Amino acid sequence: MPSTAVKLGNILKVPQAAPVAVFKLTQDFNNDQFPNKVNLGVGAYRTDEGQPWVLPVVKKVEKIIVHDDRLNHEYLPILGLPEFRSSASKIVLGDNSPAIQENRVGAVQCLGGTGALKIGAEFLRRFYNGSNNTKTPIYVSAPTWENHNAVFSSAGFEDVRPYRYWDAEKRGLDLAGFLGDLESCPEHSVFVLHACAHNPTGTDPTQEQWKQIAEVMMRRKLFAFFDSAYQGFASGSLEKDAWAVRYFVSSGFEMFCAQSFSKNFGLYNERVGNLTVVARDADNLKRVLSQMEKIVRITWSNPPSQGARIVTITLTSPELFSEWQENVKTMANRVLLMRSQLKAKLQALGTPGTWDHITNQIGMFSFTGLNPKQVEYLVKEKHIYLMASSRINMCGLTTKNIDYVAESIHEAVTKVQ
Amino acid sequence: MSRPGSSPDEKGVSQNGDPGGQCPLFTNTLNAPVSPETRLLSAFARDTQARKVDLAGREYYSEEGKPFELRLVGKIKQQLSTDPTLHPEYPSSLGLREFTRKATEVALGKHSRAIVENQVLGVQTPGFTAAVRLGAELLRCWYDLSADWCGPVYLSSPCDDSLAGIFQAAGIQEIREYYYWDDKQRGICLERLLEDLESAPEHSVVVLSASAHYPTGADLSQSQWAVITRLITSRRLFPFLLLPTQALCCGDMERDAWPVQHCASLGMELLCAQSFSHCFGLYGEAVGHLLCVLKQNSVLLPVQSQADKIVRSLWARPSVGGAHVVTTVLSNSAHLVEWQGEVKHIVERCMLIRAILREKLRLLGTPGRWDHLTQQGGLFCCTGLNGEQVEFLSNRRRVYLLPGGCLNVSAINCRNLDYIAESIHLALTSSL
Repeated sequence: MPSTAVKLGNILKVPQAAPVAVFKLTQDFNNDQFPNKVNLGVGAYRTDEGQPWVLPVVKKVEKIIVHDDRLNHEYLPILGLPEFRSSASKIVLGDNSPAIQENRVGAVQCLGGTGALKIGAEFLRRFYNGSNNTKTPIYVSAPTWENHNAVFSSAGFEDVRPYRYWDAEKRGLDLAGFLGDLESCPEHSVFVLHACAHNPTGTDPTQEQWKQIAEVMMRRKLFAFFDSAYQGFASGSLEKDAWAVRYFVSSGFEMFCAQSFSKNFGLYNERVGNLTVVARDADNLKRVLSQMEKIVRITWSNPPSQGARIVTITLTSPELFSEWQENVKTMANRVLLMRSQLKAKLQALGTPGTWDHITNQIGMFSFTGLNPKQVEYLVKEKHIYLMASSRINMCGLTTKNIDYVAESIHEAVTKVQ
Repeated sequence: MSRPGSSPDEKGVSQNGDPGGQCPLFTNTLNAPVSPETRLLSAFARDTQARKVDLAGREYYSEEGKPFELRLVGKIKQQLSTDPTLHPEYPSSLGLREFTRKATEVALGKHSRAIVENQVLGVQTPGFTAAVRLGAELLRCWYDLSADWCGPVYLSSPCDDSLAGIFQAAGIQEIREYYYWDDKQRGICLERLLEDLESAPEHSVVVLSASAHYPTGADLSQSQWAVITRLITSRRLFPFLLLPTQALCCGDMERDAWPVQHCASLGMELLCAQSFSHCFGLYGEAVGHLLCVLKQNSVLLPVQSQADKIVRSLWARPSVGGAHVVTTVLSNSAHLVEWQGEVKHIVERCMLIRAILREKLRLLGTPGRWDHLTQQGGLFCCTGLNGEQVEFLSNRRRVYLLPGGCLNVSAINCRNLDYIAESIHLALTSSL
């Protein structure tokens, strides 16, 4: 046997993949015995009691489903439940979207937001900017959700790069840097845009800023790939949270939008996602969907039905839809309350620095702006777990722990430089 | 800004490079070539004849012609929906631990040495295809390190037409076939199978069906497995076993999983893709599992972390609904007994249909041998009809088979049996 041959039992050479930071954080939190520990690294909604929350409307709809004898258990079509796909696309694009009326909007039901990104990425790698052009640059915001990188690289793209986004000094959007990267990047580059409630910074462009971004992208022929994981959850309004996506559509972009219903339906474990495709015309749409179907066929073949059914029944029944909107507002409002309370307490404590960004930012996450040493202090000395980037999940705050957290931040900022 | 519109003026303007119109992005995208299976389905759908019969479906159909539902599953779903301890949380990327534990046990047997010695990794996946895909990606990354391994992977001839695409999507380009089903013999031709595997390069991956081979229904016997495992070991091949319909072949979980247990007991490394969709009637729930049996437990963690990494860029985490149902049944002896009863009913019905069909063909005097119908097991059966005969069936009799002449036994029922038997008879006796 030649020395370069692979030994089957040689899996010792498999490198341990680096642990994913946020899950390591949760692990450490779980192992911590401190009674007042706080987990600000969790990625899901929590009630004021610190518990996961099954939306009341979801409970209702689950009962409906379980008792509905007409529902069968057949494989879903490869592209997913048709009513789910269309109602999910409507939710982000708006009922009266001209693109929908022009029959150039389609969708693929996917395994969560990740699945939607995956199918979109695999399609782009095969058919965008020539065929199999793996050198097309994919731009993701600096910083961004850590999985964006992995999804596009594993789809075969060789050049995944950051675009300037977060200005650490200003604690806000680096618009000049963002626009600069848009102007100087190669034509036809793909930009992954957060539709709202940017993860991890919580900082979104204003409507005026989105208009500027769109103008450059259109002029320079850049591809817009939206990631919409928080519609409704960010501001409490579905329309507001979809404004950027709708603006791009009305500006004439052909684009993708990866939607997740994990957060706004609390269906984390049912993997409900939708890849909305806005094409140039109906013919193009048909071709795109036919190719996406082939990609899905060799990935998971048929998506799971449970979550999609829950979402569809909710979105297509006026009563249930209103109830859902209320549930979503409940979640969004609790987050907004925690934001304003945290800021107020820090100001009351006289914590040095400005804390407006806490209420200026939106959605689940907030970049507090604490430096690594201060973060370490919070984790080690105060048993408050947050990401090294200083990202906190507002849902981890409750009326019971917010004082402790505010005081601890105050300590960290005053004691640790 | 101009919109992509249908008026000629707007089109003309954007093609002149008007900044308002984008370059046509996807106009190079051709319509995807239609797979034979899809062509069949659309032909069947377009067929307006009342008497059409679809024997190419993938699910188990009841006597009433509907995809079947387990009564037990319905009950359990109701129970689960009122369970206050079930939280809407992100499951781990590797799935529900109780589920993977059970899925591993049913494939390897509870007291498997490999389980006891912690050499086993189980990953819940959204369905069977996803399990195969994950396995393919794992193989790609195991072998990637020492040499640029990218195949070959050997698939049976015939096999599920999506398998090749799955391995290729994972980056393994070299796909080859090994001889399996012989039309003349109407069964597996072991000689030629062994020939093909003998000539396979070392470290090739061989995809083998553990039971209820799709689409032929022809399975290897235990003695044939013994020969093949010896060959696999001596040629240093890697077995990737498929177990999509466990329990639906022999009516027994253990028996259907015998090949997996046999390989594991020989100390072989292997992957096994499982599905619980068929045996639980949970088609829409995508309940799959990838089993990895490793040679040493020291590599368990590295492989697990690689699997985790791969899953995160594919689907992040699996969906839990179906997995909860399966786990509940497998963990409760009363449920288990009830479930086994329902499964036995399915299996017996399939066996009965096979026997009756064989009998009808004999009575009609249909040429050819039909013993293979009852020698095979599971949902699918390869009739041995050639391409022309299959076309005759669909064009002239409106009876739709899979392109290779295979059919779904459960789709035959008392209302269409006579018509189907006559049609097969005609296909073989009419001058074409």
